[in-house]
Amino acid sequence: MAKIVVVTSGKGGVGKTTTSAAIGAGLAKAGHRTVLVDFDVGLRNLDLIMGCERRVVYDFINVIHEEASLNQALIRDKRVDNLFILAASQTRDKDALTEDGVERVLTELSRDFDYIICDSPAGIERGALLAMYFADEAIIVTNPEVSSVRDSDRVLGILASKTRRAANGEPPVREQLLLTRYSPLRVQKGEMLSVEDVKEILAIDLLGVIPESQAVLNASNAGVPVILEEESDAGQAYQDAVARFLGEERPHRFLQLEKKGLFGRLFGG
Amino acid sequence: MSFLDYFRSQGKRSASVAKERLQIVVARERANRGGPDYLPELQSEILKVIRRYVEVDQDAVQIQLDREGDCEVLELNITLPERH
Repeated sequence: MAKIVVVTSGKGGVGKTTTSAAIGAGLAKAGHRTVLVDFDVGLRNLDLIMGCERRVVYDFINVIHEEASLNQALIRDKRVDNLFILAASQTRDKDALTEDGVERVLTELSRDFDYIICDSPAGIERGALLAMYFADEAIIVTNPEVSSVRDSDRVLGILASKTRRAANGEPPVREQLLLTRYSPLRVQKGEMLSVEDVKEILAIDLLGVIPESQAVLNASNAGVPVILEEESDAGQAYQDAVARFLGEERPHRFLQLEKKGLFGRLFGG
Repeated sequence: MSFLDYFRSQGKRSASVAKERLQIVVARERANRGGPDYLPELQSEILKVIRRYVEVDQDAVQIQLDREGDCEVLELNITLPERH
């Protein structure tokens, strides 16, 4: 039985797809059979971030409507063993997702995979609700900024009340926070909410902190999950997050500024 | 914090303003969560009725639904202004 993990945030543009790609690739590299499922019907982007946009023939909706089999629709990643992608449909609207259809596809995937990563669309409409509904675990992607934190809290409310686990009275969805686009410099200047501030407000476990990094844009330009850029700060932060997700304890890095010399400390900004 | 920052840092840092605002809005939204969908409307109608007789603040009416065993308890807390 696979573990179903939803990557969600409420707010758009905070790094859900980047995170789905990175965490999925990280889990697969650790030897777990992993499939990434794009729930953003009509606005698919996971294929582009994963660099397989030219290999999409059939998509999630085709499988739901039994126009293609899962084997026909799953795209095997060329860089990482054990990693597959199920793209969203670009042409249909979000109502093409049905609860029964999603459940059937997830059940079928569960037989073959260890982890199913559901990349949620922004907002709290159908696609987002369905991405959350069947989850066992949730990664809440949040930027240290007021609207993102508020939306994340809203999503936590939905995870607690409108999921299959809640409906069946099962143990709740495990919720973990991933703080992205973090700038220690701006936190130190008092211009950005600190990781402690966000943890205090949302009151969930911290999976990781991903620093604001040029590497994220570079990786998406190239269609490579940033976790495969092993030398980059963001790539290493995602590697730590995956290790923690798998139960390892690792200290959080990239939370402090690099140490400056005396001159820098006196006059630096 | 550098030597020059000491002189720059007049007034409240924006991050602490953000944190305070978030704590308030999140607490309010959580209080309304989980209850039946009609609770917010019930709350605003009760507020309107109170305001026909007494001038009270927007947040003078607090409403909460608790479950005790098989019983649901609707707790209504109305804060009236002090008398002068």
